[in-house]
Amino acid sequence: MKEKELYREEFEKEWRKELRKSIPVKERMKIPRQKMPEREPEERIKYFKEVNLGLTEDQAVEEAKRCLDCANPQCIKGCPVRIDIPTFIKLIEKGKFVEAAKKIKETNSLPAICGRVCPQEIQCEKECTMKKATGVPIAIGNLERFVADYERETGKVDIPEIAPSTGKKVAIIGSGPAGLTVAGELIKKGHQVTIFEALHKPGGVLVYGIPEFRLPKHILNAEIDYLRRMGVEIITDFVVGMTATIEDLKEEGYEAFFIGTGAGLPNFMRIEGENLVGVYSANEYLTRVNLMKAYEFPEYDTPVYKGKRVAVIGGGNVAMDAVRTAKRLGAERAMIIYRRSKAEMPARVEEIKHAEEEGIEFHFLTNPIRYIGDKNNRLIAMECIKMELGEPDASGRRRPIPIKGSEFKMEVDMVVVAIGQSPNPLIPKTTPQIKVGKWGNIEVDWETMQTSMEGVYAGGDIVRGGATVILAMGDGRRAAQSIDRYLKDKR
Amino acid sequence: MFKIIKRENLVPNIHLIKIHAPKIAEKCKPGQFVIIMPDEKGERIPLSIADWDKEEGTITSVFLVVGTSTFKLSRLNAGDSIPSFVGPLGRASEIDNFGTVVCVGGCYGIGAIYPIVKALKEKGNEVITLIDVRSKYLLYWEEKLKKASDEFIVSSRDGSYGFNGYAPEALKDLIQKEKIDRVIVVGCTYLMYKCSETTKPYKIKTTVSLNPIMVDGTGMCGACRVKIGEETKFACVDGPEFDGHSVDWEELFARRKFYFDDEILSLCEWEKRLI
Ligand SMILES: Cc1cc2nc3c(=O)[nH]c(=O)nc-3n(C[C@H](O)[C@H](O)[C@H](O)COP(=O)(O)OP(=O)(O)OC[C@H]3O[C@@H](n4cnc5c(N)ncnc54)[C@H](O)[C@@H]3O)c2cc1C
Ligand SMILES: Cc1cc2nc3c(=O)[nH]c(=O)nc-3n(C[C@H](O)[C@H](O)[C@H](O)COP(=O)(O)OP(=O)(O)OC[C@H]3O[C@@H](n4cnc5c(N)ncnc54)[C@H](O)[C@@H]3O)c2cc1C
Ligand code: SF4
Ligand code: SF4
Ligand code: FES
Repeated sequence: MKEKELYREEFEKEWRKELRKSIPVKERMKIPRQKMPEREPEERIKYFKEVNLGLTEDQAVEEAKRCLDCANPQCIKGCPVRIDIPTFIKLIEKGKFVEAAKKIKETNSLPAICGRVCPQEIQCEKECTMKKATGVPIAIGNLERFVADYERETGKVDIPEIAPSTGKKVAIIGSGPAGLTVAGELIKKGHQVTIFEALHKPGGVLVYGIPEFRLPKHILNAEIDYLRRMGVEIITDFVVGMTATIEDLKEEGYEAFFIGTGAGLPNFMRIEGENLVGVYSANEYLTRVNLMKAYEFPEYDTPVYKGKRVAVIGGGNVAMDAVRTAKRLGAERAMIIYRRSKAEMPARVEEIKHAEEEGIEFHFLTNPIRYIGDKNNRLIAMECIKMELGEPDASGRRRPIPIKGSEFKMEVDMVVVAIGQSPNPLIPKTTPQIKVGKWGNIEVDWETMQTSMEGVYAGGDIVRGGATVILAMGDGRRAAQSIDRYLKDKR
Repeated sequence: MFKIIKRENLVPNIHLIKIHAPKIAEKCKPGQFVIIMPDEKGERIPLSIADWDKEEGTITSVFLVVGTSTFKLSRLNAGDSIPSFVGPLGRASEIDNFGTVVCVGGCYGIGAIYPIVKALKEKGNEVITLIDVRSKYLLYWEEKLKKASDEFIVSSRDGSYGFNGYAPEALKDLIQKEKIDRVIVVGCTYLMYKCSETTKPYKIKTTVSLNPIMVDGTGMCGACRVKIGEETKFACVDGPEFDGHSVDWEELFARRKFYFDDEILSLCEWEKRLI
């Protein structure tokens, strides 16, 4: 309820009223949605530079004018972290970009990232009144990205106020969006925060999974640098469960824990030939390219195979990232093999569109059944089967059923399996007190994000299975509030 | 950053590296490994832990120079730092009282088998250490291993020292001479394969420490997958030790060669930069 009253207060402010009156609703509705400039497909497939170039200042203001500043804004309901969307958009309309960024940061600490990777079309933009009225929602994600970039590029990022030290030590395991969010929240509250990360660079999927052309690493690095400036300690090369267990860390004085270890375990289909040379998991392929910079081989030492006829199995964001990466690494044919139809693809709409523009081939209602190798165990082809859609399954999507006798062969020299990841089993395995569910996900109380072990909280993909950046961050915020309460009560 | 305490050329092409990493030294057990990056642009490569010292807070590995990463490592010296060093990774060796155990080590495995030999002996096993070298001048850690074992045998392929021939042949002689309860092999893939072939007809349980290509070493990428019997396993978390009689060797040999052309290119580029 408090949230609503606060909003009301903002909404009734004089400047907002005036701004609303300055342009009639009818006029606002006539303004076309601003198209974000992007690199041309023929150009961008030659390198890994970011595809989207961001709105210009004029475009951002123009887009902000489209927002009707609704008395009862539906957009907020679509955002998992409840950003005060109309307020930040109206600040843009007033030209107060830095203030707009501050507004967003009250609830979302990584706007430059969410503005780029959130599936807006099924979240905030789906609920937008303008979508219902005209079919074209406000470009909320693009605006969010704009102000975050503006703030960073103009060097106006101030360190927020930090509460006096509580002397309490918190350990955060995993440095993906969930862990980074918890760290940011708890450091502000005066706790001593240490992030433990298994890899040599922090960021989780944001650094090893999502490619440079969608999320430039310098943006992530700026966010991590910001956390460091606030006083967060980040220890890389530290695998909790191996280098030290949660129990060991307790002995070192850590009083509360947050597990944000993600869904790192790649799934395979367990079909013939999956271990042939040339068959990758999406995690391996993307890690080689993003984290290890194999696209700059031999300047960087880690190699990656540059397939000429590449099939990527799957239809989500991970599959899109892998196939577009393969294209950039010189594939003549870069193909998506998806067992359902286009309508069921879980990838973001923008990703699918960009992939289409880049010449990615889509083979729908098709599933591999076996990979074929030569005498050196090298992949040379795959056998697929055609599918048709049957009754909806538990996820509400129509279940694909193989069509008997429709098998056919396809020549490929590289396959990337991108059919999902399971929760990382390492922590549950080394800390048996933590209860896990059927899929290996850590079980939590959804209100507090507490696990079955006192003082230990979890969030993000380790509890949800493969989900989204913003849901991981939402979990992180809730967990941070609970951890803060827990530490204060403990005193 | 992790500090190098020592880097020493043991025998031609094989080096020892000792690194300051107290947390890892505190935790590690025989049979485990670390992942190391020689520099910021380097690759993450796995190395077995050959020794450690809790007091000193150090980890020692022995490596064979084969390509860019190991070449880069061989040029580092005490006082230098490396950007990434993580561990201990993998499951520890199964250490129990088996009876008479033959520990076969070759190449970098001469070093990597040492903690296993020591632990097995401490458990009360009769430990026969069998070391494979191409020639006598490639043998290192002789005294150290001798002291840790009940019996110490060297087999050299050119006959310059000890048994004249390949270690699996020496292993066969041992099996025919006395009752062997278990065999453990650490070294190059071919040695592990050949030893497993040797013990198979005698049904002696044989453990091998597999060395497929790895990236993260924490179960995240699947690069290290190996077929064991009918099942696919991730060597970094389910291994690296597996039953040598169940390994799909052909697949492992092929997978290890995945980047052969790239590795040569990388090495040439790196060497060009040195000139
Ligand atoms: C290729 C790809 C593309 C995606 N695209 C999108 C997108 O466009 N939009 C979107 O919203 N979502 C996308 N997602 C999903 C999104 O990235 C994840 O939902 C999100 O990153 C989950 O965050 P997390 O913090 O839970 O975990 P992760 O980001 O997975 O981070 C977990 C971290 O924990 C570390 N870790 C694991 N175990 C240990 C341990 N024992 N000790 C120490 N550290 C450990 C890992 O190394 C990792 O760094 C994508 C995912 C992938 C793989
Ligand atoms: C669990 C484990 C423990 C190991 N312990 C040792 C050890 O104690 N001492 C030692 O000398 N070697 C060890 N190896 C092998 C060592 O990792 C490789 O020799 C090393 O990675 C070669 O890298 P390079 O860049 O020098 O050579 P490259 O030119 O890159 O490769 C040469 C060969 O090494 C193998 N290789 C390459 N990259 C990797 C990688 N990332 N992971 C694994 N193998 C790779 C391939 O078969 C390749 O053909 C171990 C491997 C594993 C998996
Ligand atoms: S965080 Fe995501 S869902 Fe929320 S407003 Fe931003 S783009 Fe929309
Ligand atoms: S629902 Fe749409 S138009 Fe209304 S306030 Fe939100 S963004 Fe603006
Ligand atoms: S090395 Fe990545 S899963 Fe084993």
